[in-house]
Amino acid sequence: MGSKLLSFWVGVMVLGFYSGSAVSSKYNLPEPQTIIAQQIYDQHIWALWICLVIFIAVFGVMGYSIVKHRKSAGYKAANFHHSTTVEIIWTAIPCIILIFMAWPATKTVIAMKDTTESDITVKVTGYQWMWGYDYLQGEGEGIKFYSQLATSQSEIHNETPKGENYLLEVNNRLVVPVGKKIRIILTANDVLHAWWVPALGVKQDAIPGFIRDTWFTADNVGVFRGQCAELCGKEHGFMPIVVEVVEEQQYAQWVADQLKTAATDANAAIINAAAK
Amino acid sequence: MKLDEPRINVKMLRKLLVFSVMMFGFGYAMVPLYEKFCEVTGIYELQQPDVLDKNAKVDETRIINIQLDANVRGLPWSFRPLQSAIQVHPGKSAEVIYEISNQSDKTQAGQAIPSYSPRNLERYLKKFECFCFTQQELEGGETRQMAVRFVIDPELPKDVHTATLSYTFFSLMKD
Amino acid sequence: MAVVQDVHGHVHGHPTGIMRWIGATNHKDIGTMYLCFSLTMLFIGGFLIMGVRAELFMPGMQIFEPEVFNSFTTLHGLIMVFGAIMPAFVGFANWQVPMMIGAPDMAFARMNNWSFWLLPVAASLLIGSFFVPGGAAAGGWTFYPPLSTQGGLGVDMMIFAIHILGASSIMGAINIITTILNMRAPGMTLMKMPMFVWTWLITAYLLVLVMPVLAGTVTMLLTDRHFGTSFFNAAGGGDPVLFQHVFWFFGHPEVYIMILPSFGIVSEVIPTFARKPLFGYSSMVYATASIAILSCIVWAHHMFSVGMPAAGQLFFMYATMLIAVPTGVKVFNWTATMWRGSMTFETPMLFAIGFILLFVIGGFSGVVCALVPVDIQVQDTYYVIAHFHYVLVSGSLFSLFAGAYYWLPKWSGRMYDETLGKWHFWLSMVFFNLTFFVQHFLGLAGMPRRIPDYALQFADFNMISSIGAFGFGLAQLLFVYIVIKCLRSGEKAPDMPWDGAKTLEWTHLPTPAPYHSFETPPVVKF
Repeated sequence: MGSKLLSFWVGVMVLGFYSGSAVSSKYNLPEPQTIIAQQIYDQHIWALWICLVIFIAVFGVMGYSIVKHRKSAGYKAANFHHSTTVEIIWTAIPCIILIFMAWPATKTVIAMKDTTESDITVKVTGYQWMWGYDYLQGEGEGIKFYSQLATSQSEIHNETPKGENYLLEVNNRLVVPVGKKIRIILTANDVLHAWWVPALGVKQDAIPGFIRDTWFTADNVGVFRGQCAELCGKEHGFMPIVVEVVEEQQYAQWVADQLKTAATDANAAIINAAAK
Repeated sequence: MKLDEPRINVKMLRKLLVFSVMMFGFGYAMVPLYEKFCEVTGIYELQQPDVLDKNAKVDETRIINIQLDANVRGLPWSFRPLQSAIQVHPGKSAEVIYEISNQSDKTQAGQAIPSYSPRNLERYLKKFECFCFTQQELEGGETRQMAVRFVIDPELPKDVHTATLSYTFFSLMKD
Repeated sequence: MAVVQDVHGHVHGHPTGIMRWIGATNHKDIGTMYLCFSLTMLFIGGFLIMGVRAELFMPGMQIFEPEVFNSFTTLHGLIMVFGAIMPAFVGFANWQVPMMIGAPDMAFARMNNWSFWLLPVAASLLIGSFFVPGGAAAGGWTFYPPLSTQGGLGVDMMIFAIHILGASSIMGAINIITTILNMRAPGMTLMKMPMFVWTWLITAYLLVLVMPVLAGTVTMLLTDRHFGTSFFNAAGGGDPVLFQHVFWFFGHPEVYIMILPSFGIVSEVIPTFARKPLFGYSSMVYATASIAILSCIVWAHHMFSVGMPAAGQLFFMYATMLIAVPTGVKVFNWTATMWRGSMTFETPMLFAIGFILLFVIGGFSGVVCALVPVDIQVQDTYYVIAHFHYVLVSGSLFSLFAGAYYWLPKWSGRMYDETLGKWHFWLSMVFFNLTFFVQHFLGLAGMPRRIPDYALQFADFNMISSIGAFGFGLAQLLFVYIVIKCLRSGEKAPDMPWDGAKTLEWTHLPTPAPYHSFETPPVVKF
């Protein structure tokens, strides 16, 4: 029974790892789009391999023991219960293994905190239940908009078929240029939220009354999706994040369009006010 | 069974109860401890003007990009800095202007709470004038421009080039 | 309860009927009540999560409004942690600690009674909060402000319930510490105590250390909500993040409060069925103590995404990873205990081995979570859910089952049905992994926790997980049947049903254990 159990588990783990190594599979972290996300991805795989080796070693021994040292096989119990040497060895080895895991992690932690010298700074504000984006500095300064779930209520309530990006589409995407360092400043309007885009390797809580910062530099163009990751009330599951990374030229065009619309809106507001 | 056993037990009960009460107090003690910790590490803002050190040398070799940010919570006010960022040399005093305007027709009071990024910036950003030291009361429709005068301590760690100074106005009315 | 009464019915010289339970001061009666209570709560908490898993069976909103969904997950967490797992361990302590150290009863019999009877009061407050306007608390079992300052009456009921549960736990812990330190039989030195007693002594110290801090936290939350203080409110000069620090200062040791006694139970079961003494007894004691001490300095690893300075993140990462070392020592010691033993695989042993296997998987995912960069990705996702269910369900709950099957013959004088017990184990094992193993993948692929609806790419794993959860829930009904069958019509248990058992309750007491045991302390010789 024991050996079957063991081989079953080894099989499951190996399968898990095999599929886990496949980039962008649904068994693993999404395909990394930034240096930090790549480091996270590699460290996770590294940690998994270490765990797998330890797992096989420990449960190999235990499995052998379960098969061989059973009463039904007529095995007589030994009576040892102590060995200082062995105890020291199996305290020291895990310590050394942990150092090998902690070392790369430490370097990444320091890199993650380096938000300085960014090209564009965007303030992200969490609201119950949507995100607000303000381009504070850099190209696009002055652009501000809200970003809300674009999935219809009828899809959510199973009245119409669900689209491809069900619950992961917004009305206004955060648009950023590729290859530029984007500094994200986070705060919240009411309760805690967390801004999380897995492919960019970014997750940071948004705290009302305080600002926090994080950063990313996207290596490739594309659309990357995430969700609020801190329980923020009833619509917590319905405030996705969509980041659209575009070529620099396209970004300049987008900025121009946004600023023009904003100016038209402002004019309209002034005219409306005057008309009143 | 020894006769004095219950007395030992009662003594131990008393000790453990006192310990529990102390730990309850410790929960509360974490509030000032946390503030103290944040103050030492420069995360927590004291609502006090800093004293300007006249001898501070201006470090012309470095330029720090200070981004300015403004937020309002629970008030019908608009609140913004007149410039989005300022470039300063450490040691040189700088002034930035924020503008608040009450868009309702009632008199309202608010208090601004500052926040910094990176979080240890507070230790190096010496403010000798700030609208956040006192509460601000605005009449209906009133607009006010307020200054923050500060100097960046030249001791600011070398790897900091960009920083953010943020204020959030909170309503002082109880709802 | 009537069933249990039958078992003790033949014993005379103590109150009978309902008064026996209301006024109970006997440690065995109180232990029984704790165990019945926690089993009831296990099914209530389980019922709540069945609702949650039913909603998550398919994408789209089918059953709940999101707010009700949130209160179901919140109450599931609170009820399982404070209502099911913790009282179950206290129940085991009540039954076993006096018998294992040769004491006649717990040190403070009257206080013991109070600490039990506070529990149903707190439980009714928690469950009752579903029926008040505004519904039950919906801010997660960690009830972070400012969200928890927004809730209605349900949140206040939850705060009050937590106060009561805290008081109950503190009284229970004081009782256990005093019993262990002052009432051991002559010859039973500290380093000769059974591992279960050792782990409970350390757990009880952790309880008096951190439960008052939790009481302080919820009191601050209460005054923030109603009396105008601003501990956690930025507008008044407070900080919402402070709550997380204070909460997790309690919350992390709490995790070990729920797992250390499991280590104790497994350390009793494995030597018995391997017919070989526990390997490295003293290193087990030291490992338990170092886990307890380390558990007090790692709390902020629950908060890696709040934006701590790098130095803070690194400190908490290193401290957290260090916990893997004493935990590893324990696993190696259990393996060494089994090595060259003469093993049999009755239900308690199966649950103990299942515990080690799955707890180690939970431990591995714990180390993965300790790495700050990886945690940034998996924090607040299903990966974390999978991680802590591997340590709390296949950890704490499996060890509770192991202990229940192991000591049931001693408590009731009857044997449980071995075949059904094995069925219970294998069903639990299969359905547990079906439920939670796939949740690792869900988390990695990016599904946040505490959401009532999810994107389409998560659909298949969620369906597998829900099927597993329903199966796991149903399998636990089998446990109730096995226990009832054992008490009603189980075979008479011999004095020594397990030939490898070496602790006092087996060697010095008849089976079933008499109502009053060790009124004259036994002489302990090793």
